[in-house]
Amino acid sequence: MRSFTYERASSAAEAATAASRMEGAKFIAGGTNLLDLMKLEIETPSHLIDVNRLGLDKIEPTSEGGLRIGALVRNTDLAAHPRVRRDYGLLSRALVAGASGQLRNRATTAGNLLQRTRCPYFYDANQPCNKRKPGSGCSAIGGFSRQHAVLGASGSCIATHPSDMAVGMRALNAMVETVRPDGSARSIPIADFYRPPGETPHLETVLEKGELITAVSLPKPPGGRQIYRKVRDRASYAFALVSVGAVIQPDGSGQVALGGVAHKPWRVEAAEAELPRGAKAAAAPLLAEARTTQANAFKLPLVERTLAAVLAEARG
Amino acid sequence: MPRLTDLQLSRRVLLSGAAASAAGAAVSPRARAQAPASAVPAAIATSNVSLTLNGEPREFELDPRTTLLDALREHLHLTGTKKGCDHGQCGACTVLVEGRRINSCLTLAVMHDGDRIVTIEGLGIPGNPHPLQSAFVKHDGYQCGYCTSGQICSAIAVLGEIGAGVPSHVTPDLTEAPELTAAELRERMSGNICRCGAYSNIIEAITEVAGRKA
Repeated sequence: MRSFTYERASSAAEAATAASRMEGAKFIAGGTNLLDLMKLEIETPSHLIDVNRLGLDKIEPTSEGGLRIGALVRNTDLAAHPRVRRDYGLLSRALVAGASGQLRNRATTAGNLLQRTRCPYFYDANQPCNKRKPGSGCSAIGGFSRQHAVLGASGSCIATHPSDMAVGMRALNAMVETVRPDGSARSIPIADFYRPPGETPHLETVLEKGELITAVSLPKPPGGRQIYRKVRDRASYAFALVSVGAVIQPDGSGQVALGGVAHKPWRVEAAEAELPRGAKAAAAPLLAEARTTQANAFKLPLVERTLAAVLAEARG
Repeated sequence: MPRLTDLQLSRRVLLSGAAASAAGAAVSPRARAQAPASAVPAAIATSNVSLTLNGEPREFELDPRTTLLDALREHLHLTGTKKGCDHGQCGACTVLVEGRRINSCLTLAVMHDGDRIVTIEGLGIPGNPHPLQSAFVKHDGYQCGYCTSGQICSAIAVLGEIGAGVPSHVTPDLTEAPELTAAELRERMSGNICRCGAYSNIIEAITEVAGRKA
């Protein structure tokens, strides 16, 4: 691990200002992904700003009937919160489908959104990777691409976003709340939070330099049957090949987001009009832009079948 | 080798000099972190960390890069906590921080200033083992034993998590309290890998202790 200087921030705005002023500064909260990458020297911050003691660890009702989740709420605590279990079961289910008990005890809400891809070529510092080293090339294109994206990818990068939680947040229309170095706050719909890889896959979100996530807020509960179904190579503690997060209403309408298929949770609102007609009808517009390799083409029928299982469960 | 001694001495002088210069740049008195990086990284300034380890107050100076795992093993010489993968994949380094299980390899010691930490050494001793330690012996919950301290720390926390109503991937109903079943234990223990494959005996050991508590 490269050496770095360390400070403990005393307020969110101060942390944002400090991060914007110092080249190579990064926030650290749970650290479960950042330290992993620092050990491999894939992340090489020269300064760490510890945001763990900023008090952003509360879950509070909003005046609109929704829920405001502090950026530092640990994944375990979010999954176990009585209101989340009752009103946003999809989010609880997505959280406990990810990682291990130890990691969920440490990983935070904001850190989960910001985690990096698990593309093996991103992790192998000896291989070209445009996300790790802009302009060096993509080893996954033409390489082992079974895990990789089938939607939204570019000629520069076909990495997927690994989060389960973000898929639940996308289907639930979450808003990402931040503070910027000048002290101003903004709210970003999660639909607009992730940048497409394009020619710049190293730029993953719309966050500006120094901008700090302070909370993620959910609108009032959508009701319906809330289901998260994850398909992976083993029954626990593995990243998704494909996952479906869904809110399905009694009349068959609903909201659906996919995990394991793109650089972000994949949702096509127009496709949701087809949900009452079944998985085949809804999957077609969801996957309309898909581009596959020989190794990951299986993800398209897998999405349709996983969606069929989710719709059957919602009816049952 | 006098040359080596000279080198060590001069490095120590260099280190103390860097630490002194760091004091002025400290951001908060508790996080006595260190001078901004100059063009030449001559030496690494250290940070002061105080924590409660197995009930005893401990204080030490370390490079901020030091993980909690390395602090426990290399600085405090408590080698019961094991380093397996060092990347949060195997669970051998599991310890209890403020009563919660975490991977000690994926957290910096300096982030735990003021925290209460319990390791396998704080759970039991040979003459007076923790019930889970006895149950692991009775049920042969290991072969090589390398993952065992992590398994036991994790299992203690798992029983607490079920008791506190934390749901898991296999909990049938999110609005009901999770039950103490083998399926729940297997799912909740999936972050602790045992390459000898003692899993079924580990589940038997945990089940016995959980039953005794209930």
